[in-house]
Amino acid sequence: MKTFWEKIWLYFDYRFKISDLAQLTKKKKVPEHKYSFWYYFGGICLFLFIIQVITGILLLLYYTPSADSAFESIQYIMSQVKFGWLIRSVHSWSANLLIGAIFIHMFSTFFLRAYRPPRELTWVTGFFLLLIFLAFGFTGYLLPWNKLAFFATRVGTDIVGIVPIIGEKLKTFLLGGKVISNATLPRFFWIHVAVLPFITVLILGVHLLLVQTLGMSTPIGLSDREVKEIPFFPNFVLKDFLAWILILGLIGILCVFFPWEIGEKADPFASAPPGIKPEWYFTFMFTTLKIIPSKILFIEGEKLALFGFFIGGLFWLLIPFLDKKAQKEEKSKLFFIIGLLILIYIIVMTLVTYFFPKL
Amino acid sequence: MKRRRFIDFLLGGGIAGTIITFLYPVLKYIWPPKQSEVIVKSVVAGKINELAPNTYKIFKFGSSPGILINTKEGELKAFTAVCTHLSCTVTYDGDTETIFCPCHNGRFDLKGNVISGPPPRPLEAYNVEIVGEKILVSKRT
Ligand code: HEM
Ligand code: FES
Repeated sequence: MKTFWEKIWLYFDYRFKISDLAQLTKKKKVPEHKYSFWYYFGGICLFLFIIQVITGILLLLYYTPSADSAFESIQYIMSQVKFGWLIRSVHSWSANLLIGAIFIHMFSTFFLRAYRPPRELTWVTGFFLLLIFLAFGFTGYLLPWNKLAFFATRVGTDIVGIVPIIGEKLKTFLLGGKVISNATLPRFFWIHVAVLPFITVLILGVHLLLVQTLGMSTPIGLSDREVKEIPFFPNFVLKDFLAWILILGLIGILCVFFPWEIGEKADPFASAPPGIKPEWYFTFMFTTLKIIPSKILFIEGEKLALFGFFIGGLFWLLIPFLDKKAQKEEKSKLFFIIGLLILIYIIVMTLVTYFFPKL
Repeated sequence: MKRRRFIDFLLGGGIAGTIITFLYPVLKYIWPPKQSEVIVKSVVAGKINELAPNTYKIFKFGSSPGILINTKEGELKAFTAVCTHLSCTVTYDGDTETIFCPCHNGRFDLKGNVISGPPPRPLEAYNVEIVGEKILVSKRT
């Protein structure tokens, strides 16, 4: 006699062919070596993204996306709604951890040369995920409609306006008009909760599909003796889970001891308060723009800096196609040094923002 | 032209045309509608005696903010409050008697000229007139 559960299994297996899939996961192996630690960060990104989706859906229940009532609705969530403070704090903290995890994941795959063939497109889709999540952060920051965010958005979108040819159009599109106004908030909301999630699902889907079909890469130059293999299921999955639970604990601690603040309601007809700056992950660009001289030779400093970031981003996107040595399974010193310099630049500029705000 | 190519061409053109007919209204829809922009030449920025010497206020000049300053000497001055750098709203710093933009530490003197920081152009100055009790601010022509 088959048990009740076996019958259910057979019913669905007959229709969905689950056992074929299960067979695949049984075969899947994950390399284990001295750099395996870095394999966890992609999974952590995924976990944090899931948290964002869940808490985001919960926040939607009480948040109202209009300039008149957005700030008040957040106040309401923080003070009246049971556990509202928790849901909102988790969404904000986890957003920041997610961006941090993406940076770690990206630089670790860079230094391990995981982008070399056949994983070029994994890198390319990953790069677009980075841009998407920066956009999530930028649009989400404005939603509470507080003073700091209002002016940070004003500055941020003005920078978009500097971009030659398309800049002004793009800025008008984002702001819903020539300047930031009551029309801006619903647009940012729309982008944050509808447009970006839709695009994310598509690109993340490709990213994860590639990871599944290609398996994990092994760093260049490790000998067979240094690389063991462990089964993906259950060994690697359990380790992944452990990492996720640790992260969840971290989020819990952060939310209880440092609940996310609301600030003061934005007033378009008030002076900008001191200490206007964007979220930390934009500060390296923010500080660059702040300290660059307004004219270098005959070019506006800002345009030059923006152009620099554009070229840098393009270079970063095309890394798998430019690093010819990695294509031949060799480590390139040059690319290592370039990556290191970029990393150091980002870290130094971010630290400068917080330790020398007067600069 | 071969018949086959001709049919491919028609079919391809038909599909492209269909996509464009769908896309066009969507693109037009997401483009922000024109906002009626209030073009003002002059506004009442405040009342006399409202501002103590060496203080300021931000007032509405149409859809953008302006700054009205009563200097130490008791002279009223008005400028646009939109920083020429990246559009933050400036404030008045009484200690140094300068106009200050906290976003990237831009500084202007009481004529609107840039003293330091990244702003590329001076602040546009407005005319200030006193009509009865009211302080009237208008665009210079
Ligand atoms: C929310 C954003 C992201 C999620 C959810 C995500 C998820 C994942 C997951 C689960 C893996 C497999 C485990 C691992 O290698 O750590 C992975 C691998 C990878 N990701 Fe991402 N990722 C994200 C963003 C990025 C970004 C921004 C980049 C780089 C520009 C990137 C590049 C890669 C590469 C090259 C691999 C292959 C690693 C290997 O085979 O060794 N990912 N990603
Ligand atoms: S916006 Fe005023 S100094 Fe940058």
